[in-house]
Amino acid sequence: MSEHATTMEAAGLKPGFADPVFEAQTTFRTLLNALAYAGRPGMLSTRLDPPHPLGPASAAVALTLFDFETPVWLDAAAAAGGVPDYLRFHTGAPLVAEEGRARFALIADAMQMPPLDRFAIGEDRYPDRSATLIVQVPSLAAGPAVTWRGPGIDGARAVSIAGLPEGFWTQWADNHALYPLGVDIIFTAGQALIGLPRGIEAEG
Amino acid sequence: MYVAVKGGEKAILNSHRLIAETRRGNPDVPEISAEQIAEQLGLAVDRVMAEGSIYDRGLAALAIKQAQGDLVEAIFLLRAYRTTLPRFANAQPVDTARMLVRRRISAAYKDIPGGQVLGPTYDYTHRLLDFALAAETGVGTPEAAEAEEPLDPHMPRVAEILDEEGLVEREHTDGQEAAVFDLTREPMSFPAGRDQRLQNLARGDEGFLLALGYSVQRGYGGNHPFAGEIRMGEVSVEIVPEELGFAIDIGDVVVTECQMINQFTGSKDTPPQFTRGYGLAFGHNERKVMAMALVDRALRARELGETAAYPAQDEEFVLYHADNVEASGFVSHLKLPHYVDFQAELNLIRKLRREHEERHRKEAAE
Amino acid sequence: MSAARPAWDEAYNFAYLDEQTKRMIRRALLKALAVPGYQVPFGGREMPLAYGWGTGGMQVTASVIGPSDTLKVIDQGADDTTNAVSIRRFFQRVTGVNTTEATEQADIIQTRHRIPEVPLREGQILVYQVPQPEPLRKLEPRETETRKMHGFGEYGLMHVRLYEDIARFGHIATTYSYPVMVNGRYLMSPTPIPKFDNPKMRNNPAIQLFGAGREKRIYAIPPYTRVESLDFEDHPFEVQRWPHACALCGSRESYLDEVVLDDSGGRMFVCSDTHYCATRRAAGHSGAMAEGSVARALAPSAGKQEDSHERA
Repeated sequence: MSEHATTMEAAGLKPGFADPVFEAQTTFRTLLNALAYAGRPGMLSTRLDPPHPLGPASAAVALTLFDFETPVWLDAAAAAGGVPDYLRFHTGAPLVAEEGRARFALIADAMQMPPLDRFAIGEDRYPDRSATLIVQVPSLAAGPAVTWRGPGIDGARAVSIAGLPEGFWTQWADNHALYPLGVDIIFTAGQALIGLPRGIEAEG
Repeated sequence: MYVAVKGGEKAILNSHRLIAETRRGNPDVPEISAEQIAEQLGLAVDRVMAEGSIYDRGLAALAIKQAQGDLVEAIFLLRAYRTTLPRFANAQPVDTARMLVRRRISAAYKDIPGGQVLGPTYDYTHRLLDFALAAETGVGTPEAAEAEEPLDPHMPRVAEILDEEGLVEREHTDGQEAAVFDLTREPMSFPAGRDQRLQNLARGDEGFLLALGYSVQRGYGGNHPFAGEIRMGEVSVEIVPEELGFAIDIGDVVVTECQMINQFTGSKDTPPQFTRGYGLAFGHNERKVMAMALVDRALRARELGETAAYPAQDEEFVLYHADNVEASGFVSHLKLPHYVDFQAELNLIRKLRREHEERHRKEAAE
Repeated sequence: MSAARPAWDEAYNFAYLDEQTKRMIRRALLKALAVPGYQVPFGGREMPLAYGWGTGGMQVTASVIGPSDTLKVIDQGADDTTNAVSIRRFFQRVTGVNTTEATEQADIIQTRHRIPEVPLREGQILVYQVPQPEPLRKLEPRETETRKMHGFGEYGLMHVRLYEDIARFGHIATTYSYPVMVNGRYLMSPTPIPKFDNPKMRNNPAIQLFGAGREKRIYAIPPYTRVESLDFEDHPFEVQRWPHACALCGSRESYLDEVVLDDSGGRMFVCSDTHYCATRRAAGHSGAMAEGSVARALAPSAGKQEDSHERA
């Protein structure tokens, strides 16, 4: 571990989880709840200090789910600076240039995000072969209210994610229409995250 | 008052003690060591390593001791242990042409470059019980005679000899780039590639493959196979560490390889030629690799445009049922309580019988 | 991290699996929640328990569980059946977490063949051990075929099967593993729980996760999700009922096991959910054969009365 830490410092890298087994576990449980209770914010207890512009929740999700088996696509904001080295070192995930090949996409600048239909939506027989997008936004509560309905929600829930590009919810409606195919999204802001699985119908 | 049966935990602990006692047997008889098993029950160790998917004679011997010689149980122990091991690297393909051969035979030719090497085999022993082995004095230290000439270091594979003439299909690689399927990391998927199939068969139950191979020979799959070559010996294993960028030797393993040559009448696009079935397993496992090669060839039916009408040619049937850890687990799970579902069935059967009776009564009355 | 590290057998990884395996299973679980009822293939590993004995459930539990969780394990609804005891002991050894028999106190409940009688709450996770995840397998043995049927939502085969039951017996003759439609899209095997438990799956506030180790499939039902047992307009779905109450706690609401008392037809019926039954007895409820009641075996003739079953 100390040898590991020394190599890391020498490379000028920010540290990952101090206790990888347990921090990955609590982060995963927050994620599991977020995807199960769609639209309900989850707070992470781990405190990472990742390289700019990566937020602590985005970094925790990455360190919990990425590895050499998961091709990852970074948006231009995330691809600049220390993020690619940080992810390569801590997760070993291959970074890919094409959105369609990625299992995960890390989007640091939501306003400039590519259209959802650029990402893998799965196949009829394998809808799980689809991308999960981690979309960093300024706030999970200060945006315009959108009503979510679907599995995980008892009736309806109003969710107010800020900082999404124009037309995002129209794209989401198209994505939802592909069900059971489609992408799934994890919105992050600071230490918090919200899950938006493909089965959720959103109404502005 | 009725008291429900409790004390599952105590019963389990007692059962563990009882199995330990039973395993030890009569304490007046010296305890067997894992080392003795590794040395003197070597073929059992080889089977457990092959189907347990770990090349470690010591662990396999320990598993055999712990399982009281139940090899399927020993294989299960190794597999469960395997789950806890991290993966450091993927080995380079082993080159069996560079094998340090201990045994090598071909049934297709009388003589072959490099010669026929009989090596250690029970094939030509008479299967007469050897009471000398049971004698208190033991067998001492038997020694084989040394060969007069050292083995020819050049031992081309027999399939390559046929290949020169174009009589046997070419084995084409799909290139260095293609990732090899690994069913210890991902679940089976169909249609299965040959990599997935061969890995499944290499880990598959010897008895199951033997019966399937036999069924092919008896006409349930109709190819006439020739044992083109069977070779057994040491091959070196190499890995390419990321930071070095070149291959380093990490040790030797003993493997057995079988190339079966089968008739093939050809198709519209392909002239008549021989086709191959392939078998490879850890250790000295001749019966296993021969059966594996027969089944591998049978499973190529669709690829070669043959009708797949028999069990050995049915990919899902063979691959889904070859693994004895899966199979023995699922068969043995019938020992677990099922009384909740049985109660549901009891209710139904009683209801159906009552309705049946009522119908009969009504019919009799009419 | 504020949570104290639990004491576990450190010869093994926390929760047995290595981190790479947990990550792979965790990714599969998230996809399973995103597509309720769809069977996600995963790289199942060999566990130190035989296939068919709960290896899928164990891998799911091992990937989810953390030091502050309290775990409950049941088999046939009971905490004290040998396999439940064995799995609980395994997790005590490899995680050191607290265990409980109380349904309300458990964060994670691993189960085989039952859903607890006490309604679950938000945040709880019910992990089912699944022997055969494919609801169509008995009708079509080929995975390549059944996967196509799911892909196209083509479930006519199952309807035909149920309809044949009605033609032959006058009603649907499936009593457990009764197939359900999840979120209106995927036909799902509820594992061999009795159909009595099927209605509990619908709109449940808890998270339901399913692990099939040997078949290497994971699936899930998120909370508050539509789960419908297949039926026909003229033959609506119905659950098992008993004409008598639990002999120990007097409950008329729970699923009952039949206990044979002698070899001349004497039998009694008791709750399959042992914690539910014990809680009721502790609260003062009692049945015909509970402590303090007159000890008696049911007369052989009483067994015949029981033949009325499905009242609904």
